Amino acid sequence: MDDTGTVVAFYLLSAITISSALGVVVVRNLIHAVVFLILSFVGVAGLYITLSADFIAVTQVLIYAGAVSVLILFAIVLTPTGDRGNQETFLRLPALLLALLVAFTLGYVAIDTDWAISDREGFQQTASVIGEALLDKYVLPFEIASVLLLVAMMGAILLVRPDSAMEGK
Amino acid sequence: MMRLDADWYDFRDLGNTVGSLLEQIRDWGAPDWVPYVVSGLIGVLAILLWTILSVLAFIWIERRVVGLMQNRIGPNRVGPNGLLQPVADALKLLFKEPITTRDADRILFWLAPIVVFVPTIVVFAVIPFGERMVLADLNVGVLFLIAVGSLNTIAIFMAGWSSNNKYALIGAMRTIAMLISYELIQVLVLLAAVLFVGSMRLGDIVAWQADYGVWILFLQPLGVLGYIVAGAVEMNRSPTDIAEAESEIVAGYHTEYGGIKFGFFYQAEYLAGFAIAAVIVTLYMGGWTLWGLEEWVPGWLIFLGKLYGVFFIYIWSRGTLPRLRIDQLMAFAWKFLLPLSLVNVMIVGGEKLLWQEAELSSGEALPVFGVINWVMAVALIAGWAWFLGHQHQERVAHRALLTKEVGAIHFGEPAPTV
Repeated sequence: MDDTGTVVAFYLLSAITISSALGVVVVRNLIHAVVFLILSFVGVAGLYITLSADFIAVTQVLIYAGAVSVLILFAIVLTPTGDRGNQETFLRLPALLLALLVAFTLGYVAIDTDWAISDREGFQQTASVIGEALLDKYVLPFEIASVLLLVAMMGAILLVRPDSAMEGK
Repeated sequence: MMRLDADWYDFRDLGNTVGSLLEQIRDWGAPDWVPYVVSGLIGVLAILLWTILSVLAFIWIERRVVGLMQNRIGPNRVGPNGLLQPVADALKLLFKEPITTRDADRILFWLAPIVVFVPTIVVFAVIPFGERMVLADLNVGVLFLIAVGSLNTIAIFMAGWSSNNKYALIGAMRTIAMLISYELIQVLVLLAAVLFVGSMRLGDIVAWQADYGVWILFLQPLGVLGYIVAGAVEMNRSPTDIAEAESEIVAGYHTEYGGIKFGFFYQAEYLAGFAIAAVIVTLYMGGWTLWGLEEWVPGWLIFLGKLYGVFFIYIWSRGTLPRLRIDQLMAFAWKFLLPLSLVNVMIVGGEKLLWQEAELSSGEALPVFGVINWVMAVALIAGWAWFLGHQHQERVAHRALLTKEVGAIHFGEPAPTV
């Protein structure tokens, strides 16, 4: 984070990420909110690049901007009330208060904590290191995550199965 | 790769010229970021210029060639042999009134043609046109291709939704459904190639093919087949262009677009085509190398020759094959290509393991693997097609249980209670 380019990029990307995240909450139209969400995902990917975590950055674009947001779009279009957008709610003020409190707490912790700074050299290639870590040290969580995804997928298939298949015809 | 010399006049690799220029700038005592920015600008401008010229050329080539294939003449009035037709088309699009329909979502309607353009052009940043002619040789290049390629979907959805037109929305939803299905296949076949080479950097993949003197095309026929089909779907060209099938849904997601906004979609479609062809050439056909010929002929000319050759296959299939139905296309992805590409990953992974563990020499291993894979590919395709063809498939659409229960989608009549 020493050279000016990285610093400028960091503030620019942070501004994009935060303002578009704000847009997600403020905007009434649901589709507009999703577009803002995608922009904020891309901004976060940019922040990862400034940290030289290229694999995570590309995965962020692939998974969040490419796949998750498309699923959200699908869900919005397939639900009939999708075009009505966000409604007024009486919980507006309490929600704002809660959000401010959470933001204050997180900010306070981030500033107050005496962060330990590692003096290890950065990885040249993050992809291979992540791959080795996932299949070696963290193989159990990795496998559990894949089993979880499998269960979720089977549940989704079961939910939308047609009747005739359920009755065993 | 041995270079005889790498001076600025060594046009076998235009990267030499740019590199010398950057050296010169450094010698003048400019700060570090100047050569960096200059090289980026040169790369971007070169790619933009090349893509625009190629698109203009291929608009003419495609219309004439498809015309020949369909036994008609094609455009031949503007300029000699209709050569100026693309220019006339572009001018017409530029001067047309950009109509925005009354009930359209104005912001997204204007944003979509711009957003669709960005990912298609960004893909070329990681494509190596020559040994030194690559804008950003990322070490996660292949993943970058997939990630950026998938962003197209969002722009197309924005276009289809904001038009406030049922045909546009249907087209957009078809695009998303297809891209979700075919992206899976794309990822799996690219995974097989990356697994075998052991690197996601596109430059390394080209170098690997040059070192062993073999294209991955000869080692992984199933992968190439899968990528060609998935690529055709992603670039939305004719046998698989159900997202804009003019006989079914007017023009799909760009029904309401006219003028230069339509021009952007049109050009983005061509660019996506070039990008897919470039990926096929780089990953499966040796990129800018051709068994030593790149020492004599500029590598970027070899690359462009291969690229146009692959793109011609797509034009050819557009001129010959009829359009698929959406259920056929989806079934082809999930029931045919997905199992085959999974098997392909398994086979390639096993071969890679065998090659490493048994310490075979590349001269022994690669020809054997090639023969095995070709035999397996033919057997699997024929066998799986035979198996699927002999199944009695039910083609009755059921309304899904969940949507029935929540009463979400019902067309006219009230939702039946379960």
